[in-house]
Amino acid sequence: MRLRQGIVAQSIFFTAAAIVALSTAALLLFTGSRGLAVFGYMNPAEFFLSGSWNQNDENFGVLPLLAGSLLTVGLALLISGPLALGVSIFMVEIAPEPVRRVMRTVVELFAALPSVIYGLLGLTLVVPWVRESFGGGLGKGILAASIVLVFMTQPTIVSIAEDALRALPESLREGALAVGATRWQMIWRVLLPAARPGLITAVVLGTGRAVGETIAVQMVIGNITSRMPKSLLTGATTMPAAIVTQLPEATSPEHRAALIMVAFLLLVITFSLIAAVRAAGSRGKARPTTRRRPSPAAQTAAVKGGD
Amino acid sequence: MSEQTSGHRTLAVRESSARADAPAAIEARDFNFYYGDFRALEQITMLAPRHQITALIGPSGAGKSTLLRAMNRMHDETPGVSSDGQLLLEGADINGFSDLIDLRKRVGMIFQRPNPFPMSIFDNVAYGLRLKSQGAKKGVIAEQVEQALRGAAIWDEVKDKLQQSGLALSGGQQQRLCIARAIAVEPEVLLMDEPCAALDPIATLKIEELMGELEERYTIVIVTHNLQQAGRVSDQTVFLSMNPETRAGFVVEVGPTQQIFTNPKDDRTLAYISGRFG
Ligand SMILES: Nc1ncnc2c1ncn2[C@@H]1O[C@H](COP(=O)(O)OP(=O)(O)O)[C@@H](O)[C@H]1O
Ligand SMILES: [Mg+2]
Repeated sequence: MRLRQGIVAQSIFFTAAAIVALSTAALLLFTGSRGLAVFGYMNPAEFFLSGSWNQNDENFGVLPLLAGSLLTVGLALLISGPLALGVSIFMVEIAPEPVRRVMRTVVELFAALPSVIYGLLGLTLVVPWVRESFGGGLGKGILAASIVLVFMTQPTIVSIAEDALRALPESLREGALAVGATRWQMIWRVLLPAARPGLITAVVLGTGRAVGETIAVQMVIGNITSRMPKSLLTGATTMPAAIVTQLPEATSPEHRAALIMVAFLLLVITFSLIAAVRAAGSRGKARPTTRRRPSPAAQTAAVKGGD
Repeated sequence: MSEQTSGHRTLAVRESSARADAPAAIEARDFNFYYGDFRALEQITMLAPRHQITALIGPSGAGKSTLLRAMNRMHDETPGVSSDGQLLLEGADINGFSDLIDLRKRVGMIFQRPNPFPMSIFDNVAYGLRLKSQGAKKGVIAEQVEQALRGAAIWDEVKDKLQQSGLALSGGQQQRLCIARAIAVEPEVLLMDEPCAALDPIATLKIEELMGELEERYTIVIVTHNLQQAGRVSDQTVFLSMNPETRAGFVVEVGPTQQIFTNPKDDRTLAYISGRFG
């Protein structure tokens, strides 16, 4: 009986794993082959090196999209990473239990907000603020998109970083305090280094969320694809924003192929980030005496958080 | 060591260097400790003489760890705790220390599970030193690290791999590394809460030998559930028990280890000791 159940469970498990593996392969194969078709219309050098993406003269250079993504995500993470780290340190090491519970709820709420709500708030609050504070233009652009992404990535990074810090054994804290460390010295020199693999995972998954974010960014970035981003304040675009803006109106096969190629690049970037998370995770595992990897549940939740 | 026979029990008790007139490094007088409303320690009176090893023994839940942790205020991080009565370090009220960091530097602690930091062996030992004297010269730190590692009888095992992670050491080595970390800041008192509970017998023996050497420079207070160990290493023994109704821990008997183990004055001590050895 036991044995039979084991076999059934195992075959369900294997089937599920096979489905996941196959659909991932199919996804890569589909976008890869459809996207690579773009090189039937233009040579790779043109696609990767041209600084203009303009459907009117059938010129599809991916650089404005890549640069927009890089700048938006980079700027967002520069603010979001340290901020989230501070918030999670506060939650684990400083805040009294009731405060922590409230913050936890707020974080969960932020995580559950649909992207379009972030976009709406960005449009009604952030864009006018950027316009008024920095002058000139419409206020739509990389800065506005980055600010929206700061808020969107907080829940991902905070929840995983909080788990990583909380998973540190109490004995580590006591050990530091017992040799005369102040609370800050304990946090700075002992806890943060000990939690590093988990903290890296948190930031990388936050990056994944920022890279893939579509609607909210599209609503505040201005969607200018035809040239390289000129400043943080003028209109630009990102890879997913360009896809969602242009795909419905892409009539030429060349345009469609170019957009699917961008989607393929996005997939490659996302997979690389996941590989980076795994690498950080296994480095943590190599030292068995400290438990400090975030729970798998938290990782899954964070991945699901993206859209 | 001398073999002493008491009834049907054979027990190794070290030749005591205990002197009743030795001044107290740590002393408790009618000390009470509370977790919220729960009184965990009741009217504790005991002393730990300078440069001797004092063992706290007694059944689980009697408050041994609570008393030990009160001695360097590890409880300060726990919400809702309070205490009254006196607990003194060299005559000064431990709870009156305005500088907690200073107290912890004078009263070091070794924990039940070895807890090296996830950094190199060298940095583990240097950690407290760097906190103590920020901007100290590298050479000075290196010298003090070596001294501490020698003092903890682990230098020969690690001198060629000081930059390796402290977590890569065996459990017994990790515990001696933690002892090195603690003595690096030159405390007066070392508190040890069941320091061998997670170690194998050989590693345990090494730590016990080490304690004999450390005694010359430090006052040691050790909690142990292992009576043989208390007999082997300690000069003084404090036997704590628990009030069956209130569950508060109290001191049954304090005395030189030899006397407590071979000729206890209190029947409850006798019952506990013969129960554990029988
Ligand atoms: N943080 C705490 N909060 C509340 N009660 C505690 C706490 N720590 C220990 N106690 C209680 O205090 C009593 C003494 O515990 P402890 O000092 O750990 O005993 P021992 O070390 O002798 O086994 C026990 O009844 C225990 O349940
Ligand atoms: Mg205990």
